[in-house]
Amino acid sequence: MYKILKRKVIAAKTVMLHVEAPAVAKSIQQGQFIMLKLNEYGERIPISISGWNREEGWLRIVIMGAGRTSNEILLMQEGDEFESLVGPLGTPSHVGKFDGTCVLLGGGYGAGAIIPVAQKLKELGNRVIGVVGARNKDLLVMHNELKEEVDALYITTNDGSEGIKGFVTNALSSIMEKENVAWVMGVGPVPMMKAIADMTRADKIPTYASLNAIMVDGTGMCGACRVTVGGETKFACIHGPDFNAHETNFEELMLRQGAYKEPEAIANEKFKDFDFSKI
Amino acid sequence: MADLKTKDRMKIKRTEMPLRDPEVRKHDFDEVPVGFTMEEAVLEASRCIDCGKPHCVEGCPVNINIPGFLKALEKGDMQSSINILMNTNQLPSICGRVCPQDQQCELVCIVGKKNKPVSIGNLERFVADYAMEHNLIPDFTPTEAMEVDQKIAIAGSGPAGLTVAAELRKLGYKVKIFEALHKPGGVLFYGIPRFRLPAQVIDNEINNLKKMGVEVELNALIGRTYTVDALFEEGYDAVMIGTGAGLPKMLGLPGENLKGVFAANEFLTRVNLMRADKFPEYITPVIVGKDVVIIGAGNTAMDAARTAMRFEPNSVTIVYRRSRDEAPARTEELLHAEQEGVKFLFLNNPVELIGDEEYNLKEMKVIKMELGEPDEGGRRRPIAIKGSEYNIKCDMMVSALGFGVNPLITSTTKGIDVNSWGAIVVDENGMTTKEGVFAAGDIITGGSTVIMAMGQAKTAAKGIDRYLKAKREVK
Ligand SMILES: Cc1cc2nc3c(=O)[nH]c(=O)nc-3n(C[C@H](O)[C@H](O)[C@H](O)COP(=O)(O)OP(=O)(O)OC[C@H]3O[C@@H](n4cnc5c(N)ncnc54)[C@H](O)[C@@H]3O)c2cc1C
Ligand SMILES: Cc1cc2nc3c(=O)[nH]c(=O)nc-3n(C[C@H](O)[C@H](O)[C@H](O)COP(=O)(O)OP(=O)(O)OC[C@H]3O[C@@H](n4cnc5c(N)ncnc54)[C@H](O)[C@@H]3O)c2cc1C
Ligand code: FES
Repeated sequence: MYKILKRKVIAAKTVMLHVEAPAVAKSIQQGQFIMLKLNEYGERIPISISGWNREEGWLRIVIMGAGRTSNEILLMQEGDEFESLVGPLGTPSHVGKFDGTCVLLGGGYGAGAIIPVAQKLKELGNRVIGVVGARNKDLLVMHNELKEEVDALYITTNDGSEGIKGFVTNALSSIMEKENVAWVMGVGPVPMMKAIADMTRADKIPTYASLNAIMVDGTGMCGACRVTVGGETKFACIHGPDFNAHETNFEELMLRQGAYKEPEAIANEKFKDFDFSKI
Repeated sequence: MADLKTKDRMKIKRTEMPLRDPEVRKHDFDEVPVGFTMEEAVLEASRCIDCGKPHCVEGCPVNINIPGFLKALEKGDMQSSINILMNTNQLPSICGRVCPQDQQCELVCIVGKKNKPVSIGNLERFVADYAMEHNLIPDFTPTEAMEVDQKIAIAGSGPAGLTVAAELRKLGYKVKIFEALHKPGGVLFYGIPRFRLPAQVIDNEINNLKKMGVEVELNALIGRTYTVDALFEEGYDAVMIGTGAGLPKMLGLPGENLKGVFAANEFLTRVNLMRADKFPEYITPVIVGKDVVIIGAGNTAMDAARTAMRFEPNSVTIVYRRSRDEAPARTEELLHAEQEGVKFLFLNNPVELIGDEEYNLKEMKVIKMELGEPDEGGRRRPIAIKGSEYNIKCDMMVSALGFGVNPLITSTTKGIDVNSWGAIVVDENGMTTKEGVFAAGDIITGGSTVIMAMGQAKTAAKGIDRYLKAKREVK
């Protein structure tokens, strides 16, 4: 069993957890993820890692309530346990020492997911800029943690309640004007990752997106997580989750993410009118 | 019955396995064959003439002493019968249910030359189930004196991993299985449906192993959670890879990523492992279409077709590019599928998948095929008939075309050679090109059968024993 050692509500319907998983904590690298399952009846869902402690044997994760399983996790408390946690899954992010600035952009849980990538890029001697976006300032998460790891941090909010008003791409375009950007990675909602890819395409800046396809096993066995990159079918869980964003078919990814809308609503029935403000 | 003459034995009619009514069973996931009664089993066992040169034993990939266990059954000596069976086959209740007996032992049974062959598979199932129910399973737990101070790590809990675990634990080795999923059993659990192989049967076999002292760690992906080298560093003396084939092959056709297009493994895993048949009590969903098409005609295809049938669609159709004679599935599976109303479109091949504006699969374009000259494998090669394309209605398509090999372990471990299609290369002892690392099952063949995996696993177990003995002597 995999115990929650620490829990903190960090925004509306968002928690940060430290979960005990010594073996995974020992071997995980930047950009990899885990699959979590709550109990006998649970679904296996993919979750990124925003940090770890190899000595103490725990992983830091950020969960945003999106439906049945993530909502259940929001209600879990310190001491509660997950039935299953497997990882590290996926290929580590393709980092190196680049000839110019690296920009990491995170939206939603993605703001946490880019932290280990930022750490690794710094370790390799890069100049790293972080960008975190949210709809408004109350929904910003993990920006303070990210700030510790980067040379500069930009914040964007759609309503302008903090940082730059607009989207993460607004920050990206001003960074691209000021600096020689050599490497870009985005983790977050598909429209955000697509907008980033569109912005860096003309300058041919190597750009990666972490594709959040629907997964079942996460080990390459089922093919649920198929995505099209460069015209070829790939499995996001083993060939990815990071792919060349310029070659990614984001429209397909978005359509496939919606494949289970109806049953997902049925599964989430119990949380339809749930008041999450007091969690 | 023991005094029956051979001539009379040859005349006894084969007892066919009683099956549940197709109209009833196609609405649930309970096991389809009902099982023999003791009387039926003894009568059927008496059909074996205990011939001088039992071809069935050679026909069996692990050479079970078939006449031996049948004659003990005929005498009513159930303890001897199960002992003989389990002497060579650790998983008889599983093999009795899923082995292609029609292509192995029963194919060469001498009784089958004049009459129908002895129903060896069904009798294996009977003896194994009886033994389980009546606590006759022999205890292979090693005595304290037999305990050996050497540890083996096994990656994968499919038939290959389970067999190596049993064989080595019997000899006193410390054995630990690492399984990537949250349930053990491999394809037996996530691939083969419950109406063919009830969960209880698999659980029983795994509990037997645990009772012998085999440890199982779930949620452990070798190559990632622990690398092979990390296992050696942790003190394991040998590592055995039984991780199966893994990667499902896609069709490579336009439209293959439309919603409603599945690899068989995804569809079967959602139902068998995640229990989507019980949604929303179990919260993993599955959406089964109204007109379901399955591509392929092996066991996987039959399983996908019959599983889809249980969600009560309008139609389930198997599309296969060759004819019925070439279909690789067990004869019984084809029959059971037909009985349950699965339709077959032989000599047809998909060429395109067509979706609507929401990216949902709506139609499939197929082309008619004819059989040409035999290929290297001896099967007649299917050739497309030019201009014969037509569309069929279909809102769910499941491809059951076989598997590629998951490269996870070989790509994270130096020194394990693979062949041109990615399968791990082993020598006659089951050892890979990396010292102390052995492999068996679908990972060395790219996809085969339970019993072949077990046969290779026995070879690997012997190889590991020899290797570790030599290491002990050096010390
Ligand atoms: C590589 C990867 C990393 C991720 N990291 C995080 C993270 O760190 N924190 C976080 O909160 N979320 C993360 N997600 C998203 C998270 O997996 C989904 O939000 C979650 O599965 C939703 O399940 P649910 O039952 O709560 O909601 P549902 O109502 O079932 O689904 C809501 C939406 O989530 C998506 N989804 C549903 N089931 C799955 C599934 N099995 N696999 C993937 N997506 C699914 C679908 O697009 C769906 O429409 C990640 C996804 C991927 C692929
Ligand atoms: C749907 C279907 C129906 C079939 N029907 C029949 C039949 O009727 N009769 C028959 O004889 N054969 C049948 N087969 C074939 C048979 O199931 C396989 O040949 C057999 O299961 C192979 O055994 P294995 O132990 O090599 O691998 P598997 O059964 O594939 O088991 C491998 C296990 O290893 C785990 N694993 C994978 N990677 C790792 C890793 N890195 N670390 C740890 N664990 C890992 C997997 O999760 C899995 O549990 C069928 C196959 C399928 C897919
Ligand atoms: S989730 Fe099953 S193959 Fe990727």
